Amino acid sequence: MSNNTKQGPGRTGAQILVSVLEQAGVDLVFGYPGGQAIPLYDAIYDAKFKHILTRHEQGAAHAADGYARATGKVGVVVATSGPGATNLVTGLATANMDSVPLLAVTGQVPTANIGNDTFQEADIYGISMPITKYNYLVTRAEKLPQILAEALYLAQTGRPGPILVDVPKDIQVAVLAPPELAPVSIPGYNPEPAIQSSQVEALVEALRQSRRPLAYLGGGVTVSGAEKELFRLLTENDIPAVSTLMAKGVFPDDHPLALGLPGMHGAKYSNLAIYESDLILCLGARFDDRVAGNVRRFAPRARMVHVDIDAAEIGKRVETHIPVVGDLKNVLIRVLDLVNPVRRPDWLHQVAELKRKHPLPIPQDDEIIKPQSVIRAISEVTDGEAIIVTDVGQHQMWAAQLIVSKKPRRFLSSGGLGTMGFGLPAAVGAQFGRPDLPVLLIAGDGGFQMNIQELATVREHNLPIKMVVVNNGCLGMVRQWQQFFFQRRYSSTIWNYMPDFVKICAGYDLPARRVTEPREVRGAIEAMMAAPGPQFLEFKVAPEENVLPMIPAGGGQTEFYDV
Amino acid sequence: MKKMISLLVRNRPGVLSHVASLVTRRGYNVESIAAGPTENETRTRITLVVSGDERELEQVTKQLRKLIDCIEVRDLKYSQAVTGEVALVTVAVDPEKRGEIMSLANTFGAKIADLDEKSLTLQVVGSSHMVDMVITGLAPYRIKSMARTGLVALPMDSGEKKEMLS
Repeated sequence: MSNNTKQGPGRTGAQILVSVLEQAGVDLVFGYPGGQAIPLYDAIYDAKFKHILTRHEQGAAHAADGYARATGKVGVVVATSGPGATNLVTGLATANMDSVPLLAVTGQVPTANIGNDTFQEADIYGISMPITKYNYLVTRAEKLPQILAEALYLAQTGRPGPILVDVPKDIQVAVLAPPELAPVSIPGYNPEPAIQSSQVEALVEALRQSRRPLAYLGGGVTVSGAEKELFRLLTENDIPAVSTLMAKGVFPDDHPLALGLPGMHGAKYSNLAIYESDLILCLGARFDDRVAGNVRRFAPRARMVHVDIDAAEIGKRVETHIPVVGDLKNVLIRVLDLVNPVRRPDWLHQVAELKRKHPLPIPQDDEIIKPQSVIRAISEVTDGEAIIVTDVGQHQMWAAQLIVSKKPRRFLSSGGLGTMGFGLPAAVGAQFGRPDLPVLLIAGDGGFQMNIQELATVREHNLPIKMVVVNNGCLGMVRQWQQFFFQRRYSSTIWNYMPDFVKICAGYDLPARRVTEPREVRGAIEAMMAAPGPQFLEFKVAPEENVLPMIPAGGGQTEFYDV
Repeated sequence: MKKMISLLVRNRPGVLSHVASLVTRRGYNVESIAAGPTENETRTRITLVVSGDERELEQVTKQLRKLIDCIEVRDLKYSQAVTGEVALVTVAVDPEKRGEIMSLANTFGAKIADLDEKSLTLQVVGSSHMVDMVITGLAPYRIKSMARTGLVALPMDSGEKKEMLS
């Protein structure tokens, strides 16, 4: 039994890999075995951590991502060489765009065979270069332990991100002396840049002079864990706030200062408040084109303060008047020390008026279920306590608009990459990471089918995930664009065939129900939440419903699409 | 606008790919890239010349600085850097015209690196501007082939002192 040899000198590369992960506190790994990962899986057989076998490597990557987003810990995914590794690509790119700490370990053909077009060989090191924070191809066995330590360190420090370590088979089986891990030191990598007092002082002075400040919150608030400091700053200084997808819940959506989602599908009041402001406090966000379509017509009268741990984000899309480089929580602690709280009743009145004049449209219907009403009911029933995981598309935008989030890490969504198929596996990872919390998935009929195989993982582990499919019979977001901008030419967006999701669930032994009546929506969600174990609900909803308001791509904050 | 950037990076497999991949992905325009060993065997120095507008060029530096393998990034001003380039130029030339080319070579301190009945290869070492001038001088003859290393650069020690004083 390899357990006996494991503690002694001379362990294999694969065994050392497992023990480095164990020592780093990894308690869960997602993955899928294959030919060039067999030694690795042999070592995993004895590992102290649990290995979750998904049904597709992409599912494993998104599950590790969902686990990381829900817990703040590094998600770990393992796959074999070639197709196993390339199946991780979308998961890595998704995590990279949203700064999620991931460690991907891939098997590779033996070093002597690399470059020979060997069976199941793919240059995943080259392929993953632009979609990871950093990556490694291990070419010498004795370097493996230190590389793994570096990889775990890089994944979670500074601006987090995915790290890939490609491990050829000969290195997995090489026998090594017990590693002595040196502390990780990477010259030139500075994950905790020193905060410059002059920058903090400039921020405080700009805030003091501002009559209409607005905070624009991004994923950096979540990563930094700065929600308490943020709450004090906003509430003591009357600063309204918009939250991107990545920041949803870091400031409670039910607070009067909360203006919800900004940008393309944000409420009109949210975008108009941005436009009217005289000071934008961008906190750990990056002026993504879905938020600031036209940077010149974003907040034309505002001074721009940009706080980010990643100096390369500052000035990337907008001109910044006051840059502050550093960890957001530490920056806010210093700001709170210096700032004299100011009340801004006129500005709050102006914002309240915008909210009153331009509410979010919530269509009602007695005949057919409106998708928005499903999202609203989910929000009311779960009351900010559940982890809501979305897929990508119209339902995602409605969820971003209408789910009332109250805590960070309770709204998980593929923001930057917009990865359809993310939802189900990410919900699996989130539920493994937070078994103490209810996890509810909202998916469309398109994205749900993209990783539907993970229903088997849900069933196998009896994960109590509540799955909701908002079925409008089409690829709604693209259909909406075709309706608005391509004269309703619905090219490849209306399904000619729709599977029976309830029957599919029966095949996976999952309780499932289809709802078609508007009056049954709320009761069905309540019953689902109350029921134990995994549950599936399909809502047949109005097919031609649109996400509104909408600022077309490239538009400024006041340039709403006129339906 | 052109910008000369000196990168000091960890000497690891793939580091040049990381730099090249970043520059390509972000859509910057590379005029030249030259990499080579330094006084420290764990370090490689890469000299990049990129062109673009001011915003783009500021971004290049920031993005390069973000590379995990990157230890130091410096924007070099031509007035505060020592720079140089090597070019090898093969010209088709009959023996009776060799003299003209040799006198051009002498003017710029270029060397004859290879010679046969029909052609001649010059090795030119100097600033990019000087290399350009030699190539212009050779234009009336038929240039058969040419290889340039691209610019290599180091900040001037004397330039640094000036910078610190100002």
